[in-house]
Amino acid sequence: MNQHAQKAAEFIRNESRTDWHDEALWFIRSKRDKAAHGIPEWEELRELASQVKSHVLSKLDQYLEQFEARAIQNGVQVHWAADAEEHNRIVHSILKRHQVQHLVKSKSMLTEECHLNDYLIERGIEVVDTDLGERIIQLKGEPPSHIVMPAIHLKKEEVGELFHEKLHTEKGATDPKYLTEAARQHLRQKFLTAQAAITGVNFAIAETGGVVVCTNEGNADMGVHLAPVQIHCMGIEKIIPKAEHLGIFTRLLARSATGQPITIYTSHYHRPKTGGAMHVVIVDNGRTAQLGREDFRNSLKCIRCGACMNTCPIYRRSGGHSYGYTVPGPIGSILTPGLDLKKYSGLPFASTLCGSCSDVCPVKINIHEQLYRWRQVIAEQGHLPAAKRQSMKWAGRVLSRPGWYNFFGKIGRWAIRRLPRPFLYNRFNEWGKDRELPEPPRQSFKEWYRENKRL
Amino acid sequence: MKVGLFIPCYIDQFYPQVAIASLELLEKLGCQVAYPFRQTCCGQPMANTGCEQDAVATYHHFVELFHAFDYIVAPSGSCVYHVRKHYDIIEQTEAVKRVRENTLDLSEFLLDVLKVESLDSSFPYKVGLHQSCHGLRGLRLGTGSERVLEKDSKLQALLRLVKGIELVELSRADECCGFGGTFAINEPAISVKMGKDRIADHESKGVEVLTAGDMSCLMHLESIIRRQQKNIKVKHIAEILNGVQP
Ligand code: SF4
Repeated sequence: MNQHAQKAAEFIRNESRTDWHDEALWFIRSKRDKAAHGIPEWEELRELASQVKSHVLSKLDQYLEQFEARAIQNGVQVHWAADAEEHNRIVHSILKRHQVQHLVKSKSMLTEECHLNDYLIERGIEVVDTDLGERIIQLKGEPPSHIVMPAIHLKKEEVGELFHEKLHTEKGATDPKYLTEAARQHLRQKFLTAQAAITGVNFAIAETGGVVVCTNEGNADMGVHLAPVQIHCMGIEKIIPKAEHLGIFTRLLARSATGQPITIYTSHYHRPKTGGAMHVVIVDNGRTAQLGREDFRNSLKCIRCGACMNTCPIYRRSGGHSYGYTVPGPIGSILTPGLDLKKYSGLPFASTLCGSCSDVCPVKINIHEQLYRWRQVIAEQGHLPAAKRQSMKWAGRVLSRPGWYNFFGKIGRWAIRRLPRPFLYNRFNEWGKDRELPEPPRQSFKEWYRENKRL
Repeated sequence: MKVGLFIPCYIDQFYPQVAIASLELLEKLGCQVAYPFRQTCCGQPMANTGCEQDAVATYHHFVELFHAFDYIVAPSGSCVYHVRKHYDIIEQTEAVKRVRENTLDLSEFLLDVLKVESLDSSFPYKVGLHQSCHGLRGLRLGTGSERVLEKDSKLQALLRLVKGIELVELSRADECCGFGGTFAINEPAISVKMGKDRIADHESKGVEVLTAGDMSCLMHLESIIRRQQKNIKVKHIAEILNGVQP
């Protein structure tokens, strides 16, 4: 059994918790539906967003250079990182140069992807995540389970317990308001003493050289405004050509993510504050390789709204940790094979190919078609379990030969009808663990047809 | 008009009544239906597992048997979708193109080609429609709940032609049942959980008969219904349209 299947089975063992998780995410999907249905031109908006992204991906080098040139004109220091390691090194060297000991961070799946926190903490720098959800999992020492709601897998009772232990809130307190307030007080102190702020980037505008960050808590602003040094880390695919394109994406992003018309804060950063420094780190980390894969290029259009997770019937019932990567769910399952085909070869199979992800995606990524394509690549490169590979070879032989097909069909039906139950229902029969086998009829349709239509 | 009936492998082997209902229904509506006797499968089981190349021989076999028909009709959106969408890896000869263009799900054929406006069957039961994903999101037999378009469903339109039927509204209109071909065996825990959740939705709405355009979803759901000894019957939409009583 592949890793995702194993972890999913563990997750599901607690069925009431699975139901709770499923409902919590379905609730968000429903809110998204409502918000989307409030925009009659929703489908055109998706198409437009998808086309803008196609255009950008076709001229990515030019837009990145344009962005860099404008940013430098604005007094921003721009850095290029080929991979996670280089990204971390660059960030660390910036911090060292500015003698930063305390750092606040907000909204950055990219720095999660690069494991920046561990890297900096090992080098003696205090890193505090300031989004509530991210702070919760940081205190808990867990990776995020969702890209927009990183602590969605935790119940409020668990957060209460964690805060009691780490922030000394009252024992047994579960009121979200009370807990949020406690986190806020605790974070205020961190904000005030931080010497640098790191944020992710939702959109980088080539025309202006500015970056845009969308948050609900205002923590990105608070961090950036208080600390003298600001660092924005972005993947190369975050570029949009002009400021006028931003509206297409902000309209789609918050509605798709949480069902809000827009995030509470849409922060634009263009130049360093007086006496301060602004850095932008542009990261590849496998993205150009993905750009070069025609069948999978579109995955780079992703604006990280999380809608494909919320809608995915498998994600909702297996939890984000079952995917074993920072970006879980359907989009994670088409990004990860490009990073390490062998390691993540189970993920494209963690799907029924139901296609809900592709239809919910605000930038129209054909996610389920890419899952199908990755499966082909995985089999071609020899990463399918041998037994499965062999059984498919045989299935191909049988199903292309009518004589064999009829013969094996008959035997199969006979076996299910006649064999004693323990022969049919045992540990080799994954289907039959919680399901009955079909009741085989006396005649197949072919046999019926021969008899009744007198062929 | 030459109509070729394609009966997917698992329907042939396990659910001949669905094939018979499809054939009878088409004949009742005045079609001359041929059933190429050497047919087997569309090749989907191998391809969905990543082994497209192992399915190529089956694709060719399918094309050889069906290319001479004006329409190829199958009571299975999933297999139809596979032929239309994934027969792109073999050489696109005239025969292949014809087959890909003219393979239709039963509901498409009834509504778009035959333009059926009435049926003389009756089915006085509370019915829950499971919207099979490949039909809904692959063939666009209806508007999925994700999309902001006018609501529409070929399967519902057809069921509404049946007298006495009461179609219930589900809490989740079109969530996947969890079958997914080999997924059902690769990820049995989630597959079964998804099936259980779908059944619970139908159950809570008092559904007596659960139907769908794809027997594969129904095979999965029925296997759980039987294991859990629930009191819901399962019927393929062809059976209901043909007036077969539970
Ligand atoms: S793939 Fe689409 S739906 Fe999923 S997170 Fe990215 S933009 Fe959102």
